[in-house]
Amino acid sequence: MSKQTSNKATAAIRASLKKRYARERRFQWYGRLAVLTGFVFLFILLADIVGKGWPAFTQHYIEVSVNLDPEVLGLPPNATREQMFTADYLGAIKSSLRAMFPEATGRKDKQQLYRLVSIGAEYDLRDRVLKEPQLIGHTSDIWLRAHAEAGSYLKGQVTAETAEADRRVKDQQMGWLDRLRADGRTESRFNTTFFTQGDSREPEMAGIRVALYGSFFTLLVTFAIAFPIGVAAAVYLEEFAPRNRLTDLIEININNLAAVPSIVFGLLGLAVFINFFELPRSAPVVGGIVLSLMTLPTIIITSRAAIQAVSPSIRQAALGVGASKLQTVVHHVLPVAMPGILTGSIIGMAQALGESAPLLMIGMVAFIMDVPAGVTDPATVLPVQIYLWADSPERGFTEKTSAAIMVLMGFLILMNALAVYLRKRFEMK
Amino acid sequence: MERVEQQEPVAGSKGDAIRPPLDIQAHSEQKDYETIGTPFVTDPKMTARNVNVYYGDKQAITTISLDIGRNEVIAMIGPSGCGKSTFLRTLNRMNDIIPICRVEGEFCLDGDDIYADDQDTVLLRARVGMVFQKPNPFPKSIYENVAYGPKIHGLAHSKAELDEIVEDSLRRASLFNEVKDQLDKPGTGLSGGQQQRLCIARAIAVSPEVILMDEPCSALDPIATARIEELIDELKENYTIAIVTHSMQQAARVSQRTAYFHMGKLIEVGDTKQIFTMPKHELTENYITGRFG
Amino acid sequence: METTTVFLVLVLLTIISFFMGRKRSHAVTSGLGGARALHSLPKHYGYMAALWALLPALLVLVLWLVFEHGVITRMVLSELPPAVQDMPASQQGLYFNQIVSYAHGATDASMLDETQVLAAQHYRFYDSTSRSIKALLVFLVALAGAILALRQIRPALRARNHVEGILKWMLFGCSFLAVLTTLGIVMSVLFEAIRFFQAIPIADFLFGLEWSPQMAIRADQVAASGSFGFVPLLVGTLLISAVAMVIAVPVGLMSAIYLSEYATRRFRAVTKPVLEILAGVPTVVYGFFAALTVAPFIRGLGESIGLHVASESALAAGLVMGIMIIPFVMSLSDDIINAVPDTLREASLGMGATMNETIRKVLLPAALPGIVGGILLAVSRAIGETMIVVMAAGLSAKLTINPLEAVTTITVQIVTLLVGDQEFDNPKTLAAFALGLVLFFVTLLLNVIALYVVRKYREQYE
Repeated sequence: MSKQTSNKATAAIRASLKKRYARERRFQWYGRLAVLTGFVFLFILLADIVGKGWPAFTQHYIEVSVNLDPEVLGLPPNATREQMFTADYLGAIKSSLRAMFPEATGRKDKQQLYRLVSIGAEYDLRDRVLKEPQLIGHTSDIWLRAHAEAGSYLKGQVTAETAEADRRVKDQQMGWLDRLRADGRTESRFNTTFFTQGDSREPEMAGIRVALYGSFFTLLVTFAIAFPIGVAAAVYLEEFAPRNRLTDLIEININNLAAVPSIVFGLLGLAVFINFFELPRSAPVVGGIVLSLMTLPTIIITSRAAIQAVSPSIRQAALGVGASKLQTVVHHVLPVAMPGILTGSIIGMAQALGESAPLLMIGMVAFIMDVPAGVTDPATVLPVQIYLWADSPERGFTEKTSAAIMVLMGFLILMNALAVYLRKRFEMK
Repeated sequence: MERVEQQEPVAGSKGDAIRPPLDIQAHSEQKDYETIGTPFVTDPKMTARNVNVYYGDKQAITTISLDIGRNEVIAMIGPSGCGKSTFLRTLNRMNDIIPICRVEGEFCLDGDDIYADDQDTVLLRARVGMVFQKPNPFPKSIYENVAYGPKIHGLAHSKAELDEIVEDSLRRASLFNEVKDQLDKPGTGLSGGQQQRLCIARAIAVSPEVILMDEPCSALDPIATARIEELIDELKENYTIAIVTHSMQQAARVSQRTAYFHMGKLIEVGDTKQIFTMPKHELTENYITGRFG
Repeated sequence: METTTVFLVLVLLTIISFFMGRKRSHAVTSGLGGARALHSLPKHYGYMAALWALLPALLVLVLWLVFEHGVITRMVLSELPPAVQDMPASQQGLYFNQIVSYAHGATDASMLDETQVLAAQHYRFYDSTSRSIKALLVFLVALAGAILALRQIRPALRARNHVEGILKWMLFGCSFLAVLTTLGIVMSVLFEAIRFFQAIPIADFLFGLEWSPQMAIRADQVAASGSFGFVPLLVGTLLISAVAMVIAVPVGLMSAIYLSEYATRRFRAVTKPVLEILAGVPTVVYGFFAALTVAPFIRGLGESIGLHVASESALAAGLVMGIMIIPFVMSLSDDIINAVPDTLREASLGMGATMNETIRKVLLPAALPGIVGGILLAVSRAIGETMIVVMAAGLSAKLTINPLEAVTTITVQIVTLLVGDQEFDNPKTLAAFALGLVLFFVTLLLNVIALYVVRKYREQYE
C-alpha cells in the first residue's frame, strides 16, 4: 500500500515541479532586482552629485586689458597705500571693458558687459595693484574672475540652444565671451576660492571655509564631551552597574535616545541651552553640546559591545593578582577594547558631521562670512551650508552645493575608512 | 553494480582475519582501510559507494560504502564527530545547503543516481524524508505542520483529501488520539516527545520511501523515547529507516543492522545482534563496551 | 577674573593638592617604616586630595556660571523704574539688551536714555563683583576641600577605596546623563507646549483640520480661525512615510532575503557594504537630491503623461526618504531572518520544499513579528526625518492623500516656525514645541512597541 501511495505521490510531485521551479526562479529574480534597485539608486545619487559638483572646482578667468590710469582710479600722484586701497578699481574695470567692446553703448548693454566679470574682480585687482604698484599708469592684460553666469557659459553648462528668456546669459554676452575665447582671453583655473572663502551672495565668491571651521569646532566640542562621557557610561554599565531598576531605566533611556528624531535634540538645545542657560546662538559650542547628546547613545552602545568582547580571562587574571575592579578596567580592559570603542566613536562623529536638523534649531543657519576663531563665535557647519546653498536658485550655487556635498562625503568616507581599518585591526588580534 | 561483486567477497572473507592496530591516531591517518562486515545487501533500497565528504579543506568522511536494505532499520553509531550525521545527510542531499560542503561518491535510490545532474532535490527529499535531532515543528498549528508537505507538493486536490492525509499521517505517527481535539493549536505548544512525533507525521505526510532520523530521541526523556522507538518499529513495515543514534541501547532495540563509524570512516557493519555481541573490530568493541564515546 | 583663568587656576590647585596629598602620606608614616605602613599607595592619597579640591569647586563654578547671568539680569531689572518693568516682555528684552551692549562697550551712550546708562553702570558693577566673588569662592572651596582631605590622611585611611568610590559615582553620573537628557527633552517640549495649549485649546490642536500659523501674528485671528489644526500635518507626515515604506520595505526586505538565503558569501561581502553607503549619506544630501533632481524628474514624467504633479510632491520626498531607509530595513530584516533557527529551514528543505517555499511559508511567517517590529522602527525614523522634507516637501498644509500634491509634515513645520528670530510668547513659536512634543511621543511609542515586539520575537527562539 505504501509503495503505491509513494509512486502516486512521486508522480504528483514530478508533475508540479516545472511550475514550482519557475516560481523559484521568479522569486530569485525579485531578490536580484531588489539588490539591483538599491545599487541603481546609489549610483544615480552619486552620479548626480558628482556630475553637478565637478565643475565647481574650476573657475573661469577673463583676460582684460585694464587701463590703470591714475585718473580713472581717482588717485593723486604718489598715492599712499590707503588711497590705493580705496581707489575706484570697479570704474577702471568698467571703462576697460567698454574700451574692449565699444559696441556696448546702451545702459542695458553696458550692464550686461559689466556682468561678464565677478563683483569680486574689483578686490582681486586691488590686491594685485597693492602688490605691484608699478602697474599704475599702464594698461596691462590682467586676468579677472569671471561672473558665475559667464562661467557657466564658458563651462558649457548653458548653450545658445536654450531660449534666451530662459537663461541668464544673454546672446550678446555669449558673443563677447566667444570672442574672448577665440582670442585666448579666457582660462579655466582650479577654484581655490571655494576653499579659502566664507559664504557670499555671489556664487563665484562663495566658499566653504567658514563651514569647514564651524564643522571642525563643533565636532571638537562633540568629541570632547561625548567620548569621555560615553566611555565612562559604557564602563559603568558593563562593569559596575548593579542589576536593578535604576540600571534598567538608564538602559531603556539609552536605547530610546538612539531612536529619538534628531530635530527633537534641536528643540532641547533651543529650550535648554539657548533660552534657559542663555548660551550664544549660532555658536559651535551649543551645536557641539547638542550633537554630543545625540551621538552619546551610539558611542555608549558600541563601547559596551567592545568592552563585552574583552575576554573575561583578562579580567580574572588582573583581579587574581589583587588589582581592584577599577584598576582592572583602566589598565587591562579599556586598552584591549579601545580600537572597538574608537571605531564606534568615529562612526558617531561621522553621524554628527552629517547632521543638520538640530543645528537649524539653535541658529547655526546664518549667513556668515568671517571664519570663526573659537567655539563661541557664530559659525555654520558644512551640512547646513549645503542646506543654505541648496535654497539659492542660481545655477552657480547648485554647482557649489554639489561640490560642498562632495567635500562632506569625502570626509565621511575618510572617517568610515578609518573606522573599518580600526575594526579590521581589532578583529585580527 | 560491478564493483559490488568485486568488493563484497573481499570484505567478507578478509573480515575475520584482520586485526587492525588499536592506536586510533595511527588508524585515522591510514589512507586505505577496509570496512569489516557486510556493508552490502542483496536487495538494497539505497546504495552509497566510495563516499568522501569535505567541509572546505577538512575531510569529514573518508571512502565509505554502505547499502541500506529495503524495509530495514539500519542504525548508525559512533562517537561524536565520527561523520555518521554527515553521512546520513548525504542520503537526501541536505549537505547541498551548506556552501562549503563537497560530496564525492555514487549514491542510488532504487537504482537512480541521486547526485545526477538531472536529479531533482525537491523530488528526492520528498522520497527520502528526514527527522531531525531537535524537534522542529513550524510555528504553525498542528494541522498546518502536517499539511505543509502535501500542500507544497500539491498532493491533495481537495480539503477533504488533505484532512485525510493529515489524519492518516498523525495516526501512523501514533499522535492522532492525543491531538485530535487541538489540531488548530500551535505545534510548538506540544511536549517534546509529541513534537518529535509531529515531525515524524510531517515527514510521513508526503509518503516518503525512506525516512532518515538524525538522533531523533537525543532531546527527549526516556518515556517519550520509548514511544518513538515503538513507532519506529511500526513504521518499518512500510518504510526504510536509517537512524543515527548516540545510544547503543536504542540501536540495539530498534535496528536490524548496525554500522559503526569512527573519525569519518565506516569501521564495521553487520547484524545488530552480532555487532553488539561479537564485534570484530577492536574500535567497535571499545566503543560498545564504553571505553570511549 | 576670566572664567578660563579661574578654571586654569583650579586645575593648578588640583595638581598641587595631588602632590601635597602624596607628600603627606609619606609624612604620616615617617616613623612607621615608610610607605609600607600605608593602606594604599601614596599616589592614591594624592588622588584623593586632588579630587576633594577639584570636584566641589568645579560644581560651584558650573552652578555659578549657569545662574550668574539670570541673577544679574533680575537684579538690574528690579532697580529699573516701574514704567520699564511694566513693559511687554519683548520690548523689555530689547530695552535690556541695549543696556547690556552698552555695558560691554559695544554701543555708545547716544542711543540710551539716562536710566539705561545708570542701569548699565549697575550692570557693570554687578558683573565685575560677580566675577570676583566667583573666583574667590571657587578658590576657597578648592582650598577647603584640599585641606579637609589632607587632614584626614592617616596610615589606616583606605584612600584607594575612597578614590574608587568617588570615581564610581562619577561613572554612574555619566550614564545617568541619558536619563537627564530624556528628562531635559520632555521638560523643554512639555513646558512650552503647555504654554501653547493655554493659548490654543488642546482639542483644536489635535482635531483641527486647518493649519496656517502665519495668521497667528494677528492675535485676534488665532482662536477664531482655529488655524493650529494638527490633522493636515499628521496626514502629510503619514503620506510621505507611507510612500517611503512602499519603496523601502519591498526593496529592503527582498534584498535581505536574497543576500542571506541565496547570494554567495563573496557576493554578500561586496554588496552589503555598498548598499550600506546609502545609510551613511547625510540627510541633507538626500534633501538636495530630492528637491533638485527627483522632484523635477517626477514632475516632468507626470506631465508627459498628462498628470499634474506639484513641484514639491509628496511622492518625490517619500521616494527619496524610501531610498534612505532601504539599508535600515535591510539590516533589520537581515538580523531577524537570521534569528530564525536553522532547524526550521532544514525541516522545510528536508521534506522537499524549494527555497522560496521555505522562505514564504516558513521563514517569513516565523519572522513576521520581528519584521513588523523592524518596520515600525523604520516608520518612526521616517516620521522624524527632517532635512529631506524641509528641502523637498511643501510648506502649506493641505489635507490630502494624493502623493502627487504638495503636503507638509510635522518636522517641516517645526523648522519653519523656529528658524529665524522668535519671540517666546508667540503661539506661533510655541506651536513648534507642541509639535515637538507630539513628534517625541509618537516616535517614542513606536520605538517602545517595536523594541518590545522584536525582543519578544528573539526570546521565542532563544
